[in-house]
Amino acid sequence: MGAVRQMPMTDSTPDVSPQTDRMPRLLMILTLVTIIAVAVGIYMALFYAGTDIEQGEVQRIFYIHVPSFAATFVAFSATVLGGILYLRTRSVKWDTLALAGVEVGLVLAIINLATGSVWARPIWNTWWNWDPRLTLDAIMVLTYAAYLMLRNGIENPETRRRFASVYGIFAFATVIATLMITRIRPDTIHPVVFGPILTDASQMSVQGDFELAATAGVTTVIAYNSFVWSTLLPATLIWHRIRLENLAQRVQSLKARVLGE
Amino acid sequence: MKTPFISAVLAVLWKDLQVELRSRELVGSMGLFALLSILIFSFALELDRIARTESVSGVLWVTVVYASVLGLNRSLAMERDQGNLDALLLAPVDRTAIYFGKLIGNFIFTLVVGLTLILLMTVLYNLTLTRLWLIVVLVLGTLGFSTVGTLLATMTVQTRARESLLPIVMMPVALPLLLSAVRASTGILNETPQEDWLAWVQILAVLNVVYMTMSFLLFEYVIEE
Repeated sequence: MGAVRQMPMTDSTPDVSPQTDRMPRLLMILTLVTIIAVAVGIYMALFYAGTDIEQGEVQRIFYIHVPSFAATFVAFSATVLGGILYLRTRSVKWDTLALAGVEVGLVLAIINLATGSVWARPIWNTWWNWDPRLTLDAIMVLTYAAYLMLRNGIENPETRRRFASVYGIFAFATVIATLMITRIRPDTIHPVVFGPILTDASQMSVQGDFELAATAGVTTVIAYNSFVWSTLLPATLIWHRIRLENLAQRVQSLKARVLGE
Repeated sequence: MKTPFISAVLAVLWKDLQVELRSRELVGSMGLFALLSILIFSFALELDRIARTESVSGVLWVTVVYASVLGLNRSLAMERDQGNLDALLLAPVDRTAIYFGKLIGNFIFTLVVGLTLILLMTVLYNLTLTRLWLIVVLVLGTLGFSTVGTLLATMTVQTRARESLLPIVMMPVALPLLLSAVRASTGILNETPQEDWLAWVQILAVLNVVYMTMSFLLFEYVIEE
């Protein structure tokens, strides 16, 4: 690649400039802060919060499970934002944001599903059941997997970005559905941690909702972790993913240039 | 000078209906597929008298979904292959009028197949499926599939993978529709009290409104070229 570097820079696109090689300082700081914040959150979940009276130690999974859904929500919202802005402005960077949102969101959603499964094994006595919320959550993951399939199926980059934006916006309906289902269908056995619970107290005890606030520190730790996971974590991961995408594009254009010699 | 919205919708719909009346290609292949599907289900699941009442709504809806995927692929590939989509784009009409024309056409064809399926299953499975509420659910369900499907099929016929991509991108988005349609139908067919399943019909209606609004807003981005 030495020959490439000595070549006069005829291409003036910003992503071919050498500055993009180094990680921006702000990103480095953000990564460090995120790692510390997540570690503090895990420490709080394991040692600060009291042990749940009904569920015992396994309840501590909540401190990761709930924040990971919040983080998923934020990442997929970034996809919607990227999609809308791409369709408006046709600037490639918004599509990169949308793609980064999907990939980061998928990983976080899988963390959410996996931790949920681990919690469900001792509490519900099964890894998985076809409860409406679990089913919808699985559908949501499949929808975003289909997003990646759709992208792979289109060769023309402009069409790919356009269709991906449309599908990324459309797919968000499944995220809303997953979030809303416990409010619409009171027969779900999935506990509701956030937001108003529409069912009355007598039904709640029958259907497996829990009085979480009774345990010391639960609200604090869930609030802290949700804050970290829904702001710092997706922002850092999405930024890294966007940077990776830009570097990959740059490698592509350099490769094309070498082959063109 | 633009053609008014309604007459543009009707023109696209009329074109589709005329083609279908002459060729009977869509309803023919969808209907045959549906018939084969219920025969296969009946052997594969060994549907005896009790098993039938349990699983009949699942069989009905899975068949309707796959039949609609089949029809949607054909319906949009037809526009694409014979260059008609380009002609439609050149026409001085609203882009969304094209969408609604295609949507209503696909909806009618799928509904015809669904109604035939209900009659067939009533005869073959010896169960009374011809109930008013079940038809309401069928109308809402097929409308939802056609809404999502027309938008997504317009995208997938323009891709490399074509036919194979539509089920992959459509199924997850259509699954909430399928889920509520199956739950509602099971409730209706098992004659459980109305308050047990009415919520599913309501969810189905809400999903239809949501999907239709989104498709209405997004369709113009799918066919620009």
